[in-house]
Amino acid sequence: MTPQVHKKIESISFAIFSPKQVTDSATAKVVTPELYDREGYPVDGGLMDLRLGVIDPGLRCKTCGQKLKECPGHFGYIELARPVIHIKFVRQIYDLLRASCRSCGRILIPEENIKRYVTMLNTVGEEEGFEARRRKIKELVSKYKAKETCPHCNTRQEKIKLEKPYNFYEGEIRLSPIEVRARLEKTLNEDLEIFGFNMKEFRPEWIVLTVMQIPPVTMRPSITLESGERSEDDLTHKLGDIVRINQRLFENINAGAPEVIIEDLWDLLQYHITTFFDNEVAQLPPARHRGGQVLKTLATRLNSKEGRIRHNLAGKRTDFSARTVISPDPQIELNEVGMPKDMGMVLTVPERVTEWNKEYLRKFVENGSKKYPGANYIIKPDGKRKTITLETRDEILAELSEGYIVERHLIDGDVALFNRQPSLHRMSMMCHKIKVLPGRTFRLNPAVCNPYNADFDGDEMNLHIPQTEEARAEAKILMLVETQIISPRYGLSVVGCIHDAITGNYLLTKELVVSRVEAVDMLFSCGVNDFSVLPDKEKVDGREVFSVLLPRDFNFMGKDKSGAEVRIVNGILKTGSMDKSNLGQESGLMLRNVYEKYGAAYTADLLGKISKLGIAVLARRGFSIGIGDMDLSIDTHNEIKDTIKKAEQESLQLIDDYFKGNLEALPGRTVEETLELRILESLNRARNKSGDIAMKQVRDSAALTMARCGARGNALNIAQMTAVVGQQALRGRRIDSGFKGRTLSYFKQNDLSPKARGFIKNNFKSGLTPYEFFFGAMTGRDALMDTALRTPKSGYLYRRLSNAMQDLKVEYDGTVRDSSSKIVQFSYGEDGLDVSKTKNGVVDVKRIVQQIAGEAK
Amino acid sequence: MKKEHEELIESYADKLSLSVLDEVKITVPADITKEKLSKIMEEIVAAYESAKVNPGECVGLVSAESIGEPGTQMTLNTFHFAGVSEMNVTTGLPRIIEIFDAQKEIKTPTMEIYLESKYNNLDAVKKFAAKIKETLLGELVEEYSLNIFEQTLKLTLNKGLLKDYDLTGKEIIKNFKTKMKNFNLDSEDNTIIFTHKGKAEEIKELYNLKEKVKDVKIKGIKGIKQVLPVKRGGEYVILTSGTNLKEVLELDEVDSQRTFCNDIYEIYEVLGIEAARQAIINEVYKVIQAQGLNIDIRHIMLVADIMCANGIVKGVTRYGVVSEKASVLARASFETPIKHLINAALEGEVDNLTSVVENVMINQPVPLGTGLPGLVTKMK
Repeated sequence: MTPQVHKKIESISFAIFSPKQVTDSATAKVVTPELYDREGYPVDGGLMDLRLGVIDPGLRCKTCGQKLKECPGHFGYIELARPVIHIKFVRQIYDLLRASCRSCGRILIPEENIKRYVTMLNTVGEEEGFEARRRKIKELVSKYKAKETCPHCNTRQEKIKLEKPYNFYEGEIRLSPIEVRARLEKTLNEDLEIFGFNMKEFRPEWIVLTVMQIPPVTMRPSITLESGERSEDDLTHKLGDIVRINQRLFENINAGAPEVIIEDLWDLLQYHITTFFDNEVAQLPPARHRGGQVLKTLATRLNSKEGRIRHNLAGKRTDFSARTVISPDPQIELNEVGMPKDMGMVLTVPERVTEWNKEYLRKFVENGSKKYPGANYIIKPDGKRKTITLETRDEILAELSEGYIVERHLIDGDVALFNRQPSLHRMSMMCHKIKVLPGRTFRLNPAVCNPYNADFDGDEMNLHIPQTEEARAEAKILMLVETQIISPRYGLSVVGCIHDAITGNYLLTKELVVSRVEAVDMLFSCGVNDFSVLPDKEKVDGREVFSVLLPRDFNFMGKDKSGAEVRIVNGILKTGSMDKSNLGQESGLMLRNVYEKYGAAYTADLLGKISKLGIAVLARRGFSIGIGDMDLSIDTHNEIKDTIKKAEQESLQLIDDYFKGNLEALPGRTVEETLELRILESLNRARNKSGDIAMKQVRDSAALTMARCGARGNALNIAQMTAVVGQQALRGRRIDSGFKGRTLSYFKQNDLSPKARGFIKNNFKSGLTPYEFFFGAMTGRDALMDTALRTPKSGYLYRRLSNAMQDLKVEYDGTVRDSSSKIVQFSYGEDGLDVSKTKNGVVDVKRIVQQIAGEAK
Repeated sequence: MKKEHEELIESYADKLSLSVLDEVKITVPADITKEKLSKIMEEIVAAYESAKVNPGECVGLVSAESIGEPGTQMTLNTFHFAGVSEMNVTTGLPRIIEIFDAQKEIKTPTMEIYLESKYNNLDAVKKFAAKIKETLLGELVEEYSLNIFEQTLKLTLNKGLLKDYDLTGKEIIKNFKTKMKNFNLDSEDNTIIFTHKGKAEEIKELYNLKEKVKDVKIKGIKGIKQVLPVKRGGEYVILTSGTNLKEVLELDEVDSQRTFCNDIYEIYEVLGIEAARQAIINEVYKVIQAQGLNIDIRHIMLVADIMCANGIVKGVTRYGVVSEKASVLARASFETPIKHLINAALEGEVDNLTSVVENVMINQPVPLGTGLPGLVTKMK
């Protein structure tokens, strides 16, 4: 293989082409608006001239001799019959005209001040950055542009006006672009430095165009329609207009046409050139297609999200990627992803043939592209690529030797990057190891749903296969799921057991006693085969089963969700049960301690085992919810009814007092506010109380178990289902609008009672009355709108933040600096700690102290 | 704690951060031996060192992600009522945006005024609150009567309110006598009478006067629209709607070390850039806490630092922080690309490709993380 030559771009400088540069760099002068001759061959001197590049297969570029896709395209130029103002520089021309003398062309600043200002600007630029310098320039220029007489030649100055978009007037007389250009030519280089222009490579008269660059055809390719007709690009259309008008203007000038006609054509040329650069100029009607569709010209191409810069330059696309629906698989490891076999046979990994893997890679080639695991291509040492087919297989096998690269199918253990949009944080794209499975969906461990924010209601995810050794190494070392367990946002874990895994372990450690045989069976199913820790007795306790998974030297003291003590001594769970606060994400303290002591890989493995155990337990024990879970005894039911009734009556009493004028206002509030507040308070109290009653009385059901251990649902959910839904609130207050003086037409006007203002006293199980349902719908819609309005807002905030801070990095000296090495922080976060290496943002002093202080005892 | 222990812990001051040292002092049991303590310290230093950021870590992006990602979970349109319904505070996402934009006019400016201990009793607080509240003449007026023939305007003031504010008509007149050139002022009890000096026939002037008089400040501090004394952990704090930090801080009763407002820009002007930075951190953190989100303070610090890095408060907008970037392409890739390209061309700017987007654009490794170090090898 030939040694790769890496060119590195050091810097990019920006400047403006001089007319000479335009003509010098051009390969063709465009003189005719025609595009093709009768045979459909590009016309010489036309806009599709072959010297400007090729867009047709088979043709060769007349400039560089290369074919389609090889030739980058070359610029051409046209000579304008009359100068034209460049729309994008109108602002600068205006400033220059106003700040320079109409007769001598000097800047309207007295000689003695010019030098002083230049040095001042330079120091400002050095000390405060170019933005400050720019502001200073603006200040200076506006100070002098209204001067009455020139300090250099004492000529009286006329007032220059700009009539948007591009017409200049001096007093009442219009300045033609020729005159404007003449004025600009008179300015002196030394004067112009004050404007901040780079005078080494710039003259102001260049921004009044006398020649214009024609972009290469590769930049404006035409497309051939099915009918064989050619459809030209918008830019070509626009350029055609420019060339046509320009030619006509030439002809008219040469023929000595009346000034009016020439002026008109000149204006038209100005219009076309303006819209060529920017078709969205405020004061101009945009140029359109015959159908009325607005042309997309240069500025439109660059701007906005779909523009060249954000869409094509900053947004990259890749090969070797896949996308499909995701589905859960609790049996798969945390850092694995299940991939459909069909995908594994299309996506490939390049592997180089060496002395040691020759036989191994031969097998892939032997299998060909149709049989898994096979290979699709080989790359010869000279860089040529060959497809492996039934015909070529034997030939390839014969020549296959060291130095060849085989693009083989994916096999278990290959690395892949897995991603779900919106990619809001770095855990949205993690590295997984591939496991090729039957089926058509990606399979992933439910525990990694949280960092991706994924669920399985039809979500799709993307997968990328890194193709180089460096990329694979980085993916494996930096992006593997287990390296991302601790969130850099708050220093706690983002993965943990969820749903069934929590419920299962909770039940296991809380109440289950299983036979030893069953325990062994369950443990074996989650990958344990050392049962020496399991006590040798007929029946084993659930805690003992769970303890088998823990490392032998692990000690832990903590609390479970209900506040009871959880104690693990030497890897044996002594007291307490495992629930969300020990196994779950974020709060998962036990897992967090394991992570600190045994490292990421061990934790990921343990998490997988615990999850599988939980699910195995549920599969054996059985776990299901039904509507019966929400049943209450008749006494409880009545008790709840009473509570609500009492609260309602209390509210009615308050309302009564209010109307009678007996209600006393709380300090700092009006009577109305007081009433609202007290009603809300009393109703909420009733809701909470009935919720508590319900929680106490509900039969020990599956729904309750889930709420207790934190797997899914909470007390409020259960209360809403069994007891009372409660007050519906809009913007922190009761529902109070809708109709005149009432919320719904069902109620009387000025009815302030709980039920008329959105209190739902039924529960979801008993069902809602129509008006209650309406209130529920109102808050529901409000929440929906809130989310819909919030998403773009927060998205924009995120974009701004990431754009502003993306180049901040920690230097080797520990300081945080931006790309121009300006110090932002002397020590990151004031103590130099990486949040993802800390426990909720701090070094865990307590653990160390406890550990060492406790050692000797 | 024994003195030698304390000394031992202090000796690690150059290796550990202050917050860690403080925590050690609290957690270490008093009866610990010196050997064990030094062992603990060594362990902590090791833990601290291992938790340090790696060089090249793109902390900026991590912070942006950490704040941007939970942004979707924040609520919109939430107002937190701090008592009176007129006195609510913007919270949630709109407030975060307001702070990061460094808006000069914020939606709900408020202050928290802490008082010196000797003024910390209910009476003094109430009196003080009444003193600083901006009172406009219009609020006191019960009745306006225009006498066209005599060219007079007579204001009848509310007696009860006058008493509450401890004012008389005469005192009020003193306040704005100098401003009224064309009128003679006179006061009796609770009335104020304006008489036109000249013999202008126009009633219009009187009408104008009536409108103008309404907005005349007669008492309090400009901008303090509402005051609400609340008790907070044994002392009284005065919450206000409307701010005027400069004048409030000058008052004797005010504990000027703890009193603050939520207007970042005002804090910057009165107390300077370091205070503004801290104010940004505090305000953002407060919102995040109220939303029940968990974001490490370091991320907010970094945003605050980049906003204040130049000595003035800059918003995270195309006019603020982003416009300061050295790279043309980085600025162009944010917003208004054409403007940036045009200016760059005129000034002959050079993009040295030192940050992220430019290198993404030209397909080169970005100088962050693993892209930062170069490798130099001798080729045979």
